[in-house]
Amino acid sequence: MSAPTLPLDSTTSSRDDRRPGPVRLFTPRLGRVCMWVAAALIAFVWLLPMLWALATSLKPEAETTAYPPEWTASRVTGEAYTEVLSQGDLVVWFLNSTLVAVAVTVITVITSAWAAYAFARLPFRGRNVLYAITIAGIIVPANVLVVPLFQQMRIMGMVDTYWGIILPQVVAPAMVFILKKFFEAVPRELEDAAEVDGAGRSRIFWTIVMPLCRPILAAVSIFVFIGAWNNFFWPFIITSDPSLMTLPVGLANVQNAFGVQYAQMMAAAVLAALPLVLIFLFFQRQIVRGVATAGLGGN
Amino acid sequence: MSTPSADNPTRRTDVATHTHTRTRAITTREPSRPGHRIPPGVWFIVPFFALYVVFLLTPIILGVVTSLFNTSLAGGTGEFVGLDNYRELLSDDAVSSSAGNTLTFTLFSTPFLIVVALVMALLTHRNMPARWLFRLAYFMPFLVPVTVVTMVWTWMLGTDFGFFNGILDRVGIGPINWLGEPTAAMVSVIMVTVWWTVGFNYLLYLAALQGIPEEVYEASAIDGASARQQLFRITLPLLKRTTGLILVLQLIASLKVFDQIYLLTQGGPNFATRPILEYIYDVGFTGLRIGYSSAISYAFFFVILVIALVQLKLFSRREGSA
Repeated sequence: MSAPTLPLDSTTSSRDDRRPGPVRLFTPRLGRVCMWVAAALIAFVWLLPMLWALATSLKPEAETTAYPPEWTASRVTGEAYTEVLSQGDLVVWFLNSTLVAVAVTVITVITSAWAAYAFARLPFRGRNVLYAITIAGIIVPANVLVVPLFQQMRIMGMVDTYWGIILPQVVAPAMVFILKKFFEAVPRELEDAAEVDGAGRSRIFWTIVMPLCRPILAAVSIFVFIGAWNNFFWPFIITSDPSLMTLPVGLANVQNAFGVQYAQMMAAAVLAALPLVLIFLFFQRQIVRGVATAGLGGN
Repeated sequence: MSTPSADNPTRRTDVATHTHTRTRAITTREPSRPGHRIPPGVWFIVPFFALYVVFLLTPIILGVVTSLFNTSLAGGTGEFVGLDNYRELLSDDAVSSSAGNTLTFTLFSTPFLIVVALVMALLTHRNMPARWLFRLAYFMPFLVPVTVVTMVWTWMLGTDFGFFNGILDRVGIGPINWLGEPTAAMVSVIMVTVWWTVGFNYLLYLAALQGIPEEVYEASAIDGASARQQLFRITLPLLKRTTGLILVLQLIASLKVFDQIYLLTQGGPNFATRPILEYIYDVGFTGLRIGYSSAISYAFFFVILVIALVQLKLFSRREGSA
């Protein structure tokens, strides 16, 4: 407050902003301000739906359908939230989603990492054939297979079970492809040294390779977790028992049951959106890296 | 206690095996399995491959077989009908109309999903006040479960009390039946999809922009390039490969569209927005015709396969050049 000389915009202090001098002449402050305004406008438009949902959820039920729409009602209330939470289903679905997403993430990452490590470091006869088959799996559009997959799950007795939701989601050939590249980059000398000391392959994997690849493992884990948490199509196909539904499926099931209770519907929506937004705030860097890595096929 | 003689040999064998193991571990670096030695790599691959075979390969094969039968979900394998299912789909109007809807959706949503993402990334890849908030705003919808997206948008797009019609009303435009009129419904679906998923492409562009070395800009600035020239002569050309990859990823994702359309319009009004995947779902799970449904799946599968092969080629080229 008492430092009037402090520059108000971050141009002088920011690191990645040292654009060379001549450019400044052609893009004066005005250009930067325009860019900022444009970015802010888009941000506002993008935030609008969730802000409107939040505003609706905090209104008394009777005032949600005021027309023309108003941002505020006569009072701010959490009634819709207590009502939605007291019905209980939301909590069950939240727990189911968490269970499914954690299980999918753990199984996917560990089995993919094991396979990737073998493909990177542990030669055996037939390995190249197996790798080719694995890579071919990347191009299989899993959603298109739901009908035969459902038929198969019925034969296996996995319809309406947790395993039925989880297992078809854990096969991730692309993950093997990505992790293999990272494991190949681990210096061989470290592994050789451990081997001379008598460490088995499993021990080398867990104590040397995995810790060294922690950043990429964190990134892909969060990426898998988000995908599993938000997956709709497969859980929707395989579950009909409400007590086994994940959050997206359960909500879809009751979306119409809310009827004209828009405050409650929006309260449920806000609550269901919250967990991953919070996770994003905590793991922003890993998520950005995860998207960049998994989205662009590694590297 | 009562059988010391039986106890002793066992222990002795244990000790022997143990020492044997240790020597072997040091000298041959193989886990000890006297007799038949399975290379350690196999054990590392077995869990992944078992899952791969059961949950990916089996349904692929099962689907091919099923598509040759008139199997019903109600029970029974049905009888062998050869290629009849494939012949039927060629003349099925619902196949062509839902494939057409999928195509329309893909053709009109993809340009927005690419251009908007690019604009967002170009605007925010340099430091500016509140940049973290902008990034969060652009990417956040991608983190929201699809059902939340459709609940919120159904509410926004409502005909009677909806937010959009409320604003339009104020400027004197009559209420639009956003989800109930064929063209408006397709526009709504595309709008919602762009809002929901553009953040993913945005992050990919952001990562690519950060990979462009600062020196390139510095050098061009010394040569007197304007910001405009830098954008069109340096930045955009360098983003070409990223754009290619995003385009292919986007095409595959858009062709598989189901969730948001099913939840927003159920494919309506009068099937005007029903995508091919929803038709496959309808035939299989509502019409119970698994055989025919599998045949449509496979025809569709091949379309995506062709695009995916292009993707793989792009990926491997990227790998090769990196």
